[in-house]
Amino acid sequence: MVEYEAVIGLEVHVELRTKTKAFCSCPNEFGSEPNSNVCPICLAMPGTLPVLNKSLLEYGIRTGLALNCEIAHFCKFDRKNYFYPDLPKAYQLSQSDFPLCLHGYLDVETDLETRRIRINRVHMEEDAGKLVHGEGNADYSLVDLNRGGVPLLEIVTEPDIRTPEEARLYLENLKAIIQYLGVSDCKMEEGSLRCDANISLRPVGTDILNTKVEIKNMNSFRAVQRALEGEIERQHGLYETGESIIQQTRGWDDVTGTTSLMRTKEEAADYRYFPDPDLVPIHLTSELVESIRKGLPELPAARKERFMDDFGLPAYDAGVLTSSRELADYFEKCVSDYHDPKKVSNWVMVEFLRLLNTHNMEVRDAKLTPSHLVEMLQLMDQGTISGKIAKTVFEEMFATGKKAGIVVEEKGLLQISDESKLAEMVEAVLSAHPEVVEDYRKGKGKALGFLVGQVMKQTRGKANPQMVNKLLLERI
Amino acid sequence: MDIFDLTAHQLADMLKKRETTAIEITRSVLERIQKVDHDIRAYVTLTAEQAIESAKEVDDNCKEKISPLAGIPAGLKDNICTKEVRTTCCSRMLENFVPPYSATVVERLNQVGAVITGKLNMDEFAMGSSTEYSAFFPTHNPWDLDRVPGGSSGGPAAAVAAGEAIYAIGSDTGGSIRQPAAFCGIVGLKPTYGLVSRYGVVPFASSLDQVGSLTKDVRDCSMVMNVIAGQDSKDSTSAPVDIPDYTSFLTGEIKGKKIGVPRELLDGLDPKMADTFKKALKKLEELGAIVDECSFPHAEAAVPAYHIIAPAEASSNLARFDGVRYGHRAVPEQGKDYDLVEMYMKSRGEGFGPEVKRRVLLGTHFLSTGNYELYYLKALKVRTLIIEDYQRLFREYDVLVTLTTPDLPFKLGRKIDDPLALYHSDSYTIPVNIAGLPAISLPCGFVDGLPVGMQVIAPAFAEGDLLQVAYAFEQNTPYHKQRPPLKKETAKGSES
Repeated sequence: MVEYEAVIGLEVHVELRTKTKAFCSCPNEFGSEPNSNVCPICLAMPGTLPVLNKSLLEYGIRTGLALNCEIAHFCKFDRKNYFYPDLPKAYQLSQSDFPLCLHGYLDVETDLETRRIRINRVHMEEDAGKLVHGEGNADYSLVDLNRGGVPLLEIVTEPDIRTPEEARLYLENLKAIIQYLGVSDCKMEEGSLRCDANISLRPVGTDILNTKVEIKNMNSFRAVQRALEGEIERQHGLYETGESIIQQTRGWDDVTGTTSLMRTKEEAADYRYFPDPDLVPIHLTSELVESIRKGLPELPAARKERFMDDFGLPAYDAGVLTSSRELADYFEKCVSDYHDPKKVSNWVMVEFLRLLNTHNMEVRDAKLTPSHLVEMLQLMDQGTISGKIAKTVFEEMFATGKKAGIVVEEKGLLQISDESKLAEMVEAVLSAHPEVVEDYRKGKGKALGFLVGQVMKQTRGKANPQMVNKLLLERI
Repeated sequence: MDIFDLTAHQLADMLKKRETTAIEITRSVLERIQKVDHDIRAYVTLTAEQAIESAKEVDDNCKEKISPLAGIPAGLKDNICTKEVRTTCCSRMLENFVPPYSATVVERLNQVGAVITGKLNMDEFAMGSSTEYSAFFPTHNPWDLDRVPGGSSGGPAAAVAAGEAIYAIGSDTGGSIRQPAAFCGIVGLKPTYGLVSRYGVVPFASSLDQVGSLTKDVRDCSMVMNVIAGQDSKDSTSAPVDIPDYTSFLTGEIKGKKIGVPRELLDGLDPKMADTFKKALKKLEELGAIVDECSFPHAEAAVPAYHIIAPAEASSNLARFDGVRYGHRAVPEQGKDYDLVEMYMKSRGEGFGPEVKRRVLLGTHFLSTGNYELYYLKALKVRTLIIEDYQRLFREYDVLVTLTTPDLPFKLGRKIDDPLALYHSDSYTIPVNIAGLPAISLPCGFVDGLPVGMQVIAPAFAEGDLLQVAYAFEQNTPYHKQRPPLKKETAKGSES
């Protein structure tokens, strides 16, 4: 039986967070009133002309450098011609044969190995508007052109990805890098990061490129992985039964978890690319590129290394903490005021990330700041609160933004370390559960836990657990 | 002479000396329009009220001190956007389009107190050489009302020649200023590509289009250029060059100037045209210029290359007229609906005229997969060869001189059904656009009572040299002083 491997390439579109649009001075904002961020230029009124936003060029170069690309000394914009109501000029300004960046790569670490995914190109283009279809049986669609002319980068890999998991890892790394660069917020749900995939199969050990299938409409990294897994199965089935693969575009449906045919190659548009005569070709000097290179921030891979070296964190912790610039900044702020990085790492990775995920929040939205966490850790060190109580305090701080000391006070969560008071309770528990005491004496170690639990229950978790343990053992 | 027959510089002098007022000049031109435009049909939209208002403002605030163009009435080709005044490109597609912005060239004119009398007729979207492709009506040549004024800036040329505007602003993609200027016996300048902002001028072919002037003489041309030339941050293709005072080149002196005459453009000329041209060259020699025949080997390839590049760009430029946001949208019959593609097809089918459709189809074809390399890329290579031809010639010559067009103004309706014959009319002007060079057309004689134009071509941004040569010729010939008789039968222009 022939064993197949997948040949996968990804095309990622990233919306850049420039202040203004790519070719006019309209604000580049998400979520404004429909058609409020528009002007004669991005409405493509007759006679208006585009002027390149220099930030787009700079953001593009930054991204290219971070992805180890060569920055072209010469590039230009081309027109990609097609009719659609969300495309006011009826052409998209894009880059065809002379893109801004070429020949980069991104390393991805799977469980087994480090895989180098080559990047074919990074080019600049503009986004289209959005169609809002009338509800129900409405016979109209509305056009919102706020997004029309928003700057995009298209980042295209070589067909170097071999598994759906690698595809997801590539996307996660790419997102982290772009966020570190500060050029985009990469929110897939708001469409500021979009991904299309090309995939074909081939017998392992060959290097042929078979007919590929393009998959669109995937709305999360997880969806990319699932869609690719499904497509591998579908193509595998076709090869097994001797059917041929037809070049086509398939759309992902997140609800059914399957893809379906959108169009075949025959139906594909002829975009009639040609150089845009309204924009002048771009000549980039090495000096400019080098000055942008010097301004690049520390990138995720380097930061991960540093977290391991400077803070003695395990690779896993360092990887999670540096997966977003915000989270890494958060962590570093904490450890600048607190001596035990591993302890901080545990709280940030476990509790903080859990709460962010449950509430679907970003780091920047959290009311619980690094100083909140540091204060709480100090209260623990001082024995003011127990680890168990700390969890409650943490959740309360997260919910209200109140400082740890105040939460402890308001909720009466101060740890009970009064030995005589605790001894009294221990005595009472022991006399209330003679059978458990008997069990313990017979060698049932678990019985001690039950007794500790009883004391904790009575104090609503505030009893100093070490002290309760000690008192019990003395008396049992 | 009536006021409307005077030049801008004559009127500016009179304004300065307080011998007239902007209001008086404007009224004279508006009355002239009233009197003759039903014969000429140069105006598509008249802005008489605004014109009077602008004139009043000039008089009230002594704006004549700002610029010699203050208070002087001008017309605009109708592909130049004017805020709150409809701009149609003489197409059904934009019949009711009112732009919320003005072209940069209009803003510059407004700043110096120009008086805009209205919008002038043209071939639809500037595609044509006779103004017969206007979706509204043809314009008539003031020298012979049965003949075309040329095109696509036929309205501007006819208006200036007939005294319906003191000067006009047009656009030139393959000869659209120079050929009608020649046909109407006036001066037309197509500046270097990038010298005048294209912002707000509805494009035909973006890499070839350039905004320029149509005036009664060379001095007026220099004055208009002083106002409209210069870099514009809204047009990425506008050039960062210093703008001289163009009137400073009007010395009348051309001794020792080297003038090349491409012999390839002399073949097959009508004998009377050839004779007129020879006389003009002789005049230049008399004035001290050194006139030589030279070779322009790729002249022949320019017209085919143009008719690939221009429609290719046009097919993309005109794609935005889709009925979605502005312009004509087809309305389905009662009880019927159009889907998106039908709406596109019907709107564009109804909105565009035959020549526009022809060029959009050709351009789409040339850019299609497989054809791009065969046609478009090849045309770009020809473009490079033509640029190199000119570079070589300008190492030897200061300027080149040709006839502006091999034709005399032809009869209305004669070429409308023969696009190839019509395309031929631009064969002397097209290479200049292909290379992005400046060229001027000025009157150089009459044949059968109809004006003949001579074209002077200079290296990029050497408008000064053009104007110098043109001025010297003009000042030593009488043709620019002739005004059309405005009679239905062929005018008896003197050939002195």
